[in-house]
Amino acid sequence: MNVSIDDIQKEIIEDFSIFDNWDDKYAYIIECGKKLKPLAPEYKTETNLVRGCQSQVWLHAEHKDGVVNFYADSDAIIVKGLISLLVRVLSGHTAEHVVKSDLYFIDKIGMQSHLSMTRSSGLSSMLKTMKVKALLFLEQEKAN
Amino acid sequence: MGKTIQTLEHNLDIAEIRRQFPVLHQQVNDKPLVYLDNAATTQKPLAVIDAIKNYYQKDNANIHRGIHTLAERATADFEKTRDAVKAFIGAEHREEIIFTKGTTEGINLVAQTWGRAYLKEGDEILISGMEHHSNMVPWQMIAQEKKAIIKIIPINDAGELLMDEYEKLLNSRTKLVAVVHASNTLGSINPVKQIIQLAHRHGAIVLIDGAQSTSHLDITVSDWSADFFVFSGHKVYGPTGVGILYGKRALLEAMPPYQGGGEMIGEVRYDGFTWNELPYKFEAGTPNIADVIALKSALDFISVLGKQNIRTYENSLLQYACAKLKSLEGIRFIGTANDKVSILSFVFNDIHHQDLGIILDKEGIAIRTGHHCTQPLMGRLRITGTSRASFAVYNTMEEIDRLEAGLKKAIKLFR
Repeated sequence: MNVSIDDIQKEIIEDFSIFDNWDDKYAYIIECGKKLKPLAPEYKTETNLVRGCQSQVWLHAEHKDGVVNFYADSDAIIVKGLISLLVRVLSGHTAEHVVKSDLYFIDKIGMQSHLSMTRSSGLSSMLKTMKVKALLFLEQEKAN
Repeated sequence: MGKTIQTLEHNLDIAEIRRQFPVLHQQVNDKPLVYLDNAATTQKPLAVIDAIKNYYQKDNANIHRGIHTLAERATADFEKTRDAVKAFIGAEHREEIIFTKGTTEGINLVAQTWGRAYLKEGDEILISGMEHHSNMVPWQMIAQEKKAIIKIIPINDAGELLMDEYEKLLNSRTKLVAVVHASNTLGSINPVKQIIQLAHRHGAIVLIDGAQSTSHLDITVSDWSADFFVFSGHKVYGPTGVGILYGKRALLEAMPPYQGGGEMIGEVRYDGFTWNELPYKFEAGTPNIADVIALKSALDFISVLGKQNIRTYENSLLQYACAKLKSLEGIRFIGTANDKVSILSFVFNDIHHQDLGIILDKEGIAIRTGHHCTQPLMGRLRITGTSRASFAVYNTMEEIDRLEAGLKKAIKLFR
């Protein structure tokens, strides 16, 4: 049995628990952003673009062998670091699990402000788009 | 803290000014707040906050209709603001001052009334390449409807209007020129008097967007012979939700009303209505009484300090910030016009503006990042956005030092 969405969230919360100031926390997120594999240019399309006010985020999803995999990129590094965490949490699971997932880790690592309406980072639209893409896969699955 | 910056040059006691702004004295992310987003909105002095509170505690009544004492007091205070605005912007007549929600509504009002009545197919509207979306979209909407044509007055790389090109664009088809007085993204100050003179030679009327200039520069609409001038209360230390449309009396009289309702009518019958006289013709419904009254306190605040003093001091803040920040590796200033208000936009080629904004916020420093509602201008400058620090009279050199330190910290994190 693969690790669950829940397990990965707990892992990330554990990773972040060692930071006692925001500098280190953001340095880590920036590092995550830098490590995220750049999205291949052919996936940086208009349809894969997630609308945010300030930064651009591209999200590509694949559904293979019963699991969903996400690939993402952004021109802003903090957002890229945060989406790398989302990609890490939600990739490799069934579409149904992705749709039903409750991503409490964002709150637990103190990044909830990036999900709020005032943060025009596009992270909340990113999360929504991930679930919508998974939902489409789920419907295709049912139709077949 | 507590260091008084006082020089003979500007004659302002900045520490005392800061004491009048309660919001400035707080911690953000465990650091003393440095508020450098004044081009978005300025903070409010106690006089403005108290005026709103006083109105609701002592005078609240609907204006212009009531026969009772409270209504008379509220009406008198409301109308005092109209006189204050008239003096503040150098208008000739009090009925030329129309209360709106803000700059955006003022421009939409002109586009939807003057534009709808007078624009015809093939007429030309000139706007500049540095306009805010709010001085662009209302014209695009009415131009589309009337099949009028919008032409753009180009700018140079420093962010200055090309006046030669402007002259070439003017012709007998030009009906309206709508230009920003000071650019919200670049800080550039446009030569409005000259712009108006040239337009008038061709029989075109001119609207000046004063959203970013009114708190910094002398406004003399009659001397300029501006046809329309608009600004917002909340960018001149006043409340949100109140703005001003100035229009020449003859023009306003010739324009149909904007919205229908109470206050704007002369007489209503089942089969029709007549319009009220100026300025009420354009003020349908119960206005934003409390905020209009408090706007006077904001204008008084500026007048007591003196526009010239404010300009001199803010200019020294801008110069200091330029000098401090220019040594940061990889920084590029966006908007280097000769004549600027205290707005400093910058980019780093390798650091996204949003990332900078997030880190500065963690340091308690509020700046604005993004396209600043000037997307076409961003395209012209081949950038996607900037980081913008904008200074008001209560900002200090020490705060600019904090900005510099914050940027250095961010640069270290990202590189």
